[in-house]
Amino acid sequence: MTPFRYARAADDAEALRLGADAAARYLGGGTNLVDLMRETIERPTALVDVTGLSAAIDERGDGSLLIGAAARNTAVAEHCAVRARFPALARAILAGASPQIRNMATIGGNLLQRTRCTYFYDNEASRCNKRQPGQGCDAIDGFNRIHAILGASPACVATHPSDMCVALAALDAVVHVVGAGGARAVPLVDFHRLPEGQPDRDTVLAPGELIVAVELPAAAAGRSTYRKVRDRASYAFALVSVAAALETEAGVVREVRLALGGVAHKPWRATQAEEALRGRPASAAAFRAAADAELAGAVPLRDNTFKVELARRTIVAVLGELAGDAS
Amino acid sequence: MSITINGTSVAPPDDPRVSLLDLLREHMHLTGTKKGCNQGACGACTVLVDGERILSCLALAIQFEGRAVTTVEGLAEAGELHPLQRAFVTHDGFQCGYCTPGQICSAIGMASEAARGLPSHVSADLLAEPGLLDREEIAERMSGNLCRCGAYNGIVDAIGATFFGTGDVYRPDRPEVAA
Repeated sequence: MTPFRYARAADDAEALRLGADAAARYLGGGTNLVDLMRETIERPTALVDVTGLSAAIDERGDGSLLIGAAARNTAVAEHCAVRARFPALARAILAGASPQIRNMATIGGNLLQRTRCTYFYDNEASRCNKRQPGQGCDAIDGFNRIHAILGASPACVATHPSDMCVALAALDAVVHVVGAGGARAVPLVDFHRLPEGQPDRDTVLAPGELIVAVELPAAAAGRSTYRKVRDRASYAFALVSVAAALETEAGVVREVRLALGGVAHKPWRATQAEEALRGRPASAAAFRAAADAELAGAVPLRDNTFKVELARRTIVAVLGELAGDAS
Repeated sequence: MSITINGTSVAPPDDPRVSLLDLLREHMHLTGTKKGCNQGACGACTVLVDGERILSCLALAIQFEGRAVTTVEGLAEAGELHPLQRAFVTHDGFQCGYCTPGQICSAIGMASEAARGLPSHVSADLLAEPGLLDREEIAERMSGNLCRCGAYNGIVDAIGATFFGTGDVYRPDRPEVAA
């Protein structure tokens, strides 16, 4: 691990001041960053500990929920309002990592998790455009079973590893950030980037910008769930995951929110499937047609063709579960 | 500010790169906590911080100023093993023993999570009242701790017997009825 200075920020302003150093990183639970530093993939010269900043989970008068960025994953999944009103988020968090890691990890840090692409991690022997811009990508023609089928680029086929972010994408979450230029609110679906020609940039955060909170709008509250498909029953990253919320009226889809994990460089909001479903019968046939609409643009790699069918079946199963509960 | 480790105040390390695990093992010579993968995959380094289970390998020690860390060395009271330690012996909860300190700290943290009603990935009802956990729930909640010897059945038995009334029940208010 490269040497670094450590400082604990007492408030947002102090964090921003300390974080203005281009080689500084904000530190939450450290569950990903410490590991990346040990592998010398991340080499910050200063760490700004932001775990003392707001971890409050506030139910606001308008029915929205505001979660401080320093809230631990366990605290969010445990919160009564999250369990009762945003169950997809509680389920997504509980499906991620291990209990020990969930006790450490923060919501802000979870948003900034880096890919688990094995070539990204193989600092010694593999080329990776995300780790070293312009170096090339050994995953595209390599062992790419866990990689992207949607939205990839010739520069990068990595996937975003978070479960929580998939639920946040489906629930229309908004990320609140502050920076030198003031505060701004970024919809979660626009917070993470597709790789295009710049896979080293995972998010739209400007240098030094700090995540302070994640907001769940009241409109997203209600029946929702999260299903994760992985190589073992627990403590593994998703091959494919689906977060969904469904409202039906007399057997017809009134509103649907759908996002996929494990398939793209960012949490993938399935807008084409949603479009195909609104106003249609809540039937298995309609769910299949919606999944097909979304996955028509899938471009599988050598080893991950299975993800297309897996995503299709998981979408149909999850929507079926939500529709079944509604009747 | 200092870090409290098994009741003793310890100065934080000068070098912020030192993990909590290395502080325990290399600086404090508390070698009960084990280094398995050192990358958050195996759970052997699990310790309790203010009663919550965490991975000490991914934790920078300097972040734990003002917190109370309990390792496996801190579980026995007045020379008596913790009831879960005794249950691991009774139920063959280990073979080589390398994962055992992490399993035991993890299970103690897990029991308090269960007691306050935290659901898990396999809980059908996210809003269920706190209750006794079955084997499936225990296995899911202990999935962050790997056992290379495969002593999982004994581990689940020991945890169930100690905390959830399968077999002899441990009651914190009546330690004499422990397994």
